[in-house]
This record gives sequence, C-alpha cells and structure tokens, in this order.
Amino acid sequence: MPDLAGKTTSIASPGGAAAVAASPAKAVAMGRDADDSSPLLTRRAWIGLAWGTFSAASAAALAATGRFMFPNVLNEPPQQFKVGLPTEYGFGVDERWKDVYGIWLVHVAEDVVTRTSGFYALITVCTHLGCTPNFLAAENKFKCPCHGSGFRTSGINFEGPAPRPLERARVVRADDGQILVDKSRKFQQELGQWADPEAFLQV
Amino acid sequence: MAETKIVAPKEGPLVQFWNWLTETQAWKSIFRHDRPTSDRTRVLVMLSNVFLHLHPVRIRKSGVKLRYTWCMGGLSFFLFLSLTLTGLLLMFYYRPTLEYAYTDIVGLREHVPFGIMREMHRWGAHAMVITVWLHMFRVFMTGSYKPPREFNWSVGVVMLVLTLLLSFTGYLLPWDQLAIWAITVGSNMARATPFLGHEGPGAGLLRLGDVPLIHAADDARFALLGGTFVGEGALLRFYVLHCVGLPLAIAVLMAVHFWRVRKDGGISGPL
Repeated sequence: MPDLAGKTTSIASPGGAAAVAASPAKAVAMGRDADDSSPLLTRRAWIGLAWGTFSAASAAALAATGRFMFPNVLNEPPQQFKVGLPTEYGFGVDERWKDVYGIWLVHVAEDVVTRTSGFYALITVCTHLGCTPNFLAAENKFKCPCHGSGFRTSGINFEGPAPRPLERARVVRADDGQILVDKSRKFQQELGQWADPEAFLQV
Repeated sequence: MAETKIVAPKEGPLVQFWNWLTETQAWKSIFRHDRPTSDRTRVLVMLSNVFLHLHPVRIRKSGVKLRYTWCMGGLSFFLFLSLTLTGLLLMFYYRPTLEYAYTDIVGLREHVPFGIMREMHRWGAHAMVITVWLHMFRVFMTGSYKPPREFNWSVGVVMLVLTLLLSFTGYLLPWDQLAIWAITVGSNMARATPFLGHEGPGAGLLRLGDVPLIHAADDARFALLGGTFVGEGALLRFYVLHCVGLPLAIAVLMAVHFWRVRKDGGISGPL
C-alpha cells in the first residue's frame, strides 16, 4: 500500500482522510510541474474522504430524524395558570379544574401538615400507575378506577396498591390576588416536601 | 373405416388450452423451468421463485409432522397475513383523530357491511400473540435454538417483541377508556428508562447546571406519545407505528427468518 501511493504521487499520505484533507493545498503551495498528471489525491485517500463525508452526512441525517420526533410547540394545557380568588371557593374538594388542568384545588380549615387553613392543589395522577382517580363526594375520598387505590382528601393514600400519596403542585398568590397554580413544581409528602411554604397557600 | 379406431383419444379442450398456455412466451418468461416432473425441475421451481426460495427445497418428514412443529410458525405467518389484509381494509374507514377514532370503530361494527372485519382483526391479533409464544415454546422444547440456529432464534426474539409492540400500539386505536388508560399505564414504564426516561436511573446526571436535559417533554416516553400524556399525538404516533412502521420491520425480519431456516439446515429434526 505505501509503495503504490509513494510511486503515484509525491504528496501521498497513507494516514487516511484526515491527514490527506490538508494535502492538496500543500501540493499547490509546493508547486506542481505543468506536465504532472499524477492525481492530487490517491484513490485510497479519495475513497476515505468520500466514506467519511458520507458517514458524517448519515449521522447528521439520523440526528435530524431523531430531533424531528420532538416538536418545538406542544398543544397541551399550560403548566402554570390562575384559578381565581380564594373567596370563590368554599371548603372541600373543587373539581372544576380537573378536566382542563388536571388538578383538584382543595380548601381546608386545617391542613394535615401546617395545621392552618388554606389551599393546596392535588395533581390528578394516581401514584400507582398514572390513571386519573375519581372524587367520591359521598365517601369524601379519591378512588382510582384502574386498580382501586384510595386517597383521603389530603392526598394521603390509605387503600389499594398506590405506594405513596398524591402529589401537590405549587400554589401561590399572583400579583392580582388570584391563586396561581404551577404544576411544573411538585411536592411529595414522603419526601417531606409538603412542609414547603409553596406547597400550601395559607388564607 | 377400420383405421379410425386406432386414433389416440383426443385431448380435452382444457388440456389443450393448458398445453398452449404453458408454451406461450408470457408463461415461459415468468416460469423459467420445465414442469416439475423430476427432482431437478422440482428444485428449480423453488429456486426460481422469489417467494418459494425463502422456503427449504426439501424438508424432513418430521418437519411436516404436526405433533413435532405444532405448525405454530406457519400459523403465526398466516395470522400476520390475515391481519395485514383485514387491517388494510379497516384503514379505509378509521381516522386516527380524537374526534373520529372511537366513532369510526363503532361505525365499523354498526354501519359497515361485514362488521366482523374488525373482530377478525382483533381476535386474529390475540391469536397471533398466542401462536408466537407457542412457536417460541416449541422451538425451545425441541432445542431448535442451538447452533447453527442461534442467530435465527435471536431474529425470532426481536419479532416476538415486535409482535407485542404491534399488539400494544393497536390497543390504543379504539380510543375508549380501556385503551387510553391501558396505554397510560403501559407508557408510564418508559418514564423509568435508564438515562432516557425522566424518572429513570441516571437521568438526573444529564443536566447542564440547573437545567435538566431529560425531562417530561423530551424523554423516551415523550418520543413514544408525542406529548406528555396520552392524547392526540399518541394516537397518531401509535397509528403510524401500528399500520406502517412495525409491520414493515417485522415483514423484513420474517423474510430473513424463513430464509435462515433454509440456510441453517431446514427445520430441526426431533431430538
């Protein structure tokens, strides 16, 4: 291999595409005889360059295809939303935001954690396998239709296969006094996060 | 008058037609071998046909014994063909959108002649999962996974997974409560994918400063669902995978699988 390359051209470098890529410029700088008909690139170098380019292009196309599966805009409900003034809610579980935003806003006189009155937002995703539980007003509990997990209105699990309580979302007062719920921040009871000041809105 | 009695019996018009047909250039251009009357021409029949050449030229007597093969591989293939056909017909009526998916499925049963078509697809799918498992069981019990057939066993395992994925993606398409929650539960497993699922081990390591690179809107589950929950994106993605992507992949692997049966020495003999 090296002797063939050495015979056909003076600039031959058996090092492969990377090494050869810089060679043509060098050859021009060194000057070639007018009647020098030897190729600027050896056949081996040219094929290496071609395969390298092809592989790089294929990898780029593959990456682009992967990225294609992740759109830049999602037509999904916002993670952060205002749900009105505290005075608009009586005590108990409020179901009006369940379908739109996937939360229950609960107004309690005494929270299990803070022992004060106020609001918390429970995320309507069962902690067992992710179905949406129903609120059974007569029994004052959340009951998941998939596998029968039950949760108290506090979100604490007490029956069925659910391994941990429902998650709470961040609740704060917006500038205009409305309650702002932010589902992008979640608080888990078993991690002690329900004690976080933003996991419960004292009113 | 006597000589008329020794004339050979005349060939019937059907035989005459057949003889003419098999001599035409059109026929001979398709079937480039003589009639399969000898060993050689019978082999040529198999070798000169793109479909038949996947199949062994000769098979052992035991290879056609029902008590040995259970015919489970053949039944799986037959079910795949019938699922392809019925699925193709269902596609003429089914629209994979939130608005129409469920009503189209109901319509397939109530309004379309031969509403049994959808049931054939559904029951055929259940049956295929069963026959594929039994085929795998048979191959295991007869030791047909051993050298030189290890590679074909691996191809078969991939096809088993593809069969289950076809079943899983088809499950969502009726878009009823069972479908939505079953896929919700099933796809939640993808959250726990190592590194690529936002609740999986190692995903927390992939971050730039405070910004997590793997989160609910760009992890493995998202790629599957086209959203952060089972919604219209999931319905469309599952539809495309169910009707085009997965069948294409499994069809290619089937061709490899059948061809390898031949290349690896035909169906294995009884132990």
